[in-house]
Formats: sequence, C-alpha cells, structure tokens
Amino acid sequence: MTQDLLKTPLYDAHVAFGARMVDFAGWSMPVVYTGIIEEHVHTRTACSVFDVSHMGRLVLRGPDVERFLDRLCTRNLKGAEIGRSYYSHMCREDGGILDDVIVSRFEDHFLVVCNASNRGKIVGWLNRHAAGTGITIDDRTMQTAMLAIQGPRTMELAQQLVPVDLGSLKRYRFTTAEYLGMRFDIFRSGYTGEDGIEVVCPATAVQMFLPLLVGQKDKPHPVIRFAGLGARDTLRIEAAMPLYGHELTEAWDSLTSGQAWCVDLTKEFIGAAAMRLLKERGLARQMTGLALEGKRIARQHAAVYAGDAQVGEVTSGTLSPTLGSSLAMALIDSAALARQDAAFTVEIGGARVAAKVTPLPFYKRK
Amino acid sequence: MSIPTDRRYLPSHEWFKLEGSTVVMGITQFAADELTDITFVSLPKVGASFKAGGVIGEVESVKATSEIFTGVSGEVVEVNAALNQHPEAVNDDAFGRGWMIKLKASNPAELNALLTAEQYGAKIA
Repeated sequence: MTQDLLKTPLYDAHVAFGARMVDFAGWSMPVVYTGIIEEHVHTRTACSVFDVSHMGRLVLRGPDVERFLDRLCTRNLKGAEIGRSYYSHMCREDGGILDDVIVSRFEDHFLVVCNASNRGKIVGWLNRHAAGTGITIDDRTMQTAMLAIQGPRTMELAQQLVPVDLGSLKRYRFTTAEYLGMRFDIFRSGYTGEDGIEVVCPATAVQMFLPLLVGQKDKPHPVIRFAGLGARDTLRIEAAMPLYGHELTEAWDSLTSGQAWCVDLTKEFIGAAAMRLLKERGLARQMTGLALEGKRIARQHAAVYAGDAQVGEVTSGTLSPTLGSSLAMALIDSAALARQDAAFTVEIGGARVAAKVTPLPFYKRK
Repeated sequence: MSIPTDRRYLPSHEWFKLEGSTVVMGITQFAADELTDITFVSLPKVGASFKAGGVIGEVESVKATSEIFTGVSGEVVEVNAALNQHPEAVNDDAFGRGWMIKLKASNPAELNALLTAEQYGAKIA
C-alpha cells in the first residue's frame, strides 16, 4: 500500500532525519521527527521547516482570469494586487465549503494553493467553470516543492539565505528570488500563528536548497529544524486556524465556519445568495472556542452539552503545548450560546468535562 | 528497539510481567513512540475486575486516543498514580516507570497464551 503513496521532493530527507511517515491524503508525509510537543515549542520559540509540498499548486492563466476567480471565491479579488495573496473559500451554490485556498496574483497569472485532500475536486471544479472561457488550469503540484518556514527567528535566519530583502515583505505579500539559477517564490504567510514564510520552488531545487536550511542528519542546522504534521495541527489549533475536514466542510458554509472575514457578501460569487439568506436569518450555529477542565483532549465529533441537551460538537481539540490546557473548537447552537447561564460540558471517554466559552484565537503571538 | 524478554505481550501492544502472584502491565515502548507525547492515562479503580481481552483503560496522546486491553483476568490491586501528574513517564520509560496497572491474576496460566518478546518483536518489525 505504501508504494502507492505520493512522495514529495523532500521524502528522502524526512526519512534521513528519522521522521515517522504516514498516509496523509494519499501522500507519504512526516507526522513527527522527535516529538510533537518539542517541535511545537521549537516553532513558537525559534524556527521550524514544514514540508507542505503535498498541497495543491494550480496556475491559472487566460482572459479575465481575475473575474473568473472572483466569481468562484468568497473573497473580493477584483483589483487584486500583483504581489499579494488572498485567503479565501470556494463554495457550492448552497454555501457548502469546497475548500479553503490562498490565491496569489502574479503579473501574468494567478496561483491557487489548495488542500491536498481537495486537489482533485478543486481542479475539476475550476475546469468545469473554465470550459469555453479560454482559461487554463495548470496543476504544478508535482513539478514544484513548497516549504513553510515558521517561527520568531525565521525572518532573521531566512534573510541570510536569500538575496532579496525579506524585512520589507509584509504579511500576505510575496516576492520572487532568483537563486542558484532557479526561481523561488517567497510568501510571508503560514499556518502556525507565528511569523514566517512559505516558499515555492522547482522540485529539482530541493536537493541543493534543503541542506542550507536544515543541514544534514549528522550535522543539523543549529536552529532550523524539521517539524511534522502533528505539530502543524497543534500549532494551528492554538492559533484557531481552520482545517478542511474539521472546521471547514461541505456540510456547512463559510459564515458558520467562523471565517466571515473572508466573505464579501456585497459581491456576486457562487454561494453568495445562500450565505446572504443565512446571515439575514441569523446563523443557527457558531464556531466557538472552548477551554476544558483537566488534561483530557476533546476529539473531533465529541458531543457538546448544555445541561442534558446536546447543543453541538467539537471540530478540533488538543492539549495546548503553549498554554498547558485542553482546548477545542466546536460548532455550537447559537441559541445555547445566547443563554447567559449556559454551562457547557463535552463528552470525553464517557465522562462529561466542564468547558468554558473562550475567545478565539487561543494563542496570539506577541 | 529492545523488547524485554521477562514478560509477555498482546498484539495490541500491552506488556504483562509476572511478579509473584501479581501481574504488572503497561504499554510497549513501540506503542508509546507511535502515540507520540502521551497526555493522559485513564486507569481503572483498585478492586475492579477484568476478564482477559477486555478494555482496562485508555491512553491519550496529542495525536490519538487508544484503548488499553488486558491479556490476563484478575482484580486491580494497584495503579500507577504517578501517571496522573506525569503521563509522559510512559514515553520516557514504557517498560519501567511507565507501568500502569497491577492485577491479582485469577489464572496466571493465561500469560502463557500471550506473545513472547520474540513473537511480539517480529510483529512490529
């Protein structure tokens, strides 16, 4: 079975650095190298490298491609600036979330980065809508690599490696560097709640580039270390960043997912009408932060109760390595949230654990 | 990974060591490593009785929650209370300080039906 899994250009390096590889959306990906908590703390305090090459990288070109994407995305992309990235959702007519994506505008094309698990679906969705428009969708996932370099020391350390000024690069902006004769697109973004960059480069550049970043197994970089998908998950939960299949699903819409900030209801897009109606009627459920008593972890689908009535379910939970407490995001009935006296509990292992509503994100960098 | 030969194993990664008439049990280092950082161990009450093959506890890690099975029948005579405060002891020393439960075995011969270190080692290789 493992032979059928896709491998990123960093696969050999992961194995050399002792990673435990797991099947993630059909890719063999590193879940942990030394320890999830250790890698989490290292990202919060220093600098970690995450292989995110499994994510889909789709290049769109053609006439009116800006308007095309604007109609498929919840975010307003009309007048999108060159050198800027936009977090957005793509939804069905009924508002169900197909994926969350980052759309970046280059001079002569757009790059859409989508989730690995949704790549086939999104490529299909884009092609279906592009039929007859002259717009082409070029899936560059297999020809390129993508690394997320994250943590408070990232900018200082990355600056030593690239010939462009990273200090002047604002959040959600990107720049291009010619380096070792190859093209590197460097985005100031990430999925950890820390400052950092994400780099897209040709798959063939990795062999040359990676040793400069993390060193070799027997001579590792003194600060920059690999971190796996395990730490990526605990980091993004602390930062309350949504994950497809958890906070985001076709079963509900972008407003309900708690990401209304990336939805522009004043423009037309697929799913706009459904979401306008939802907003007018008021959301029946809301994405809510919960702080749980004790150290037990509420997993996805754990039932949330107010008194004896089930009023929601957990979408993600973890024991926060930074805060030391059990945290969860949960989709909870608005009516229950509106009651001042509501005392929530979450079912874990047959027991009811007290949970307090707490603002999101759980963690914000200083 | 070295697997102690002084005890027996279940395919579900628990170990059982006979000490007099008491059986000490825990999960293997392999299981602890697979689970990654262990954050909580749910242990049975002292005095509770379990049948071989039954679920006797639960272990939670940052990554997942797994049930703990007993390979021998008996009554719980002691649990490792230190794990309440320091569940990471299971990661640090699964075959030693990370022990979980002591059972008064009602039929110690049940141990003979469990995997030897060699058999268990072959299973996880």
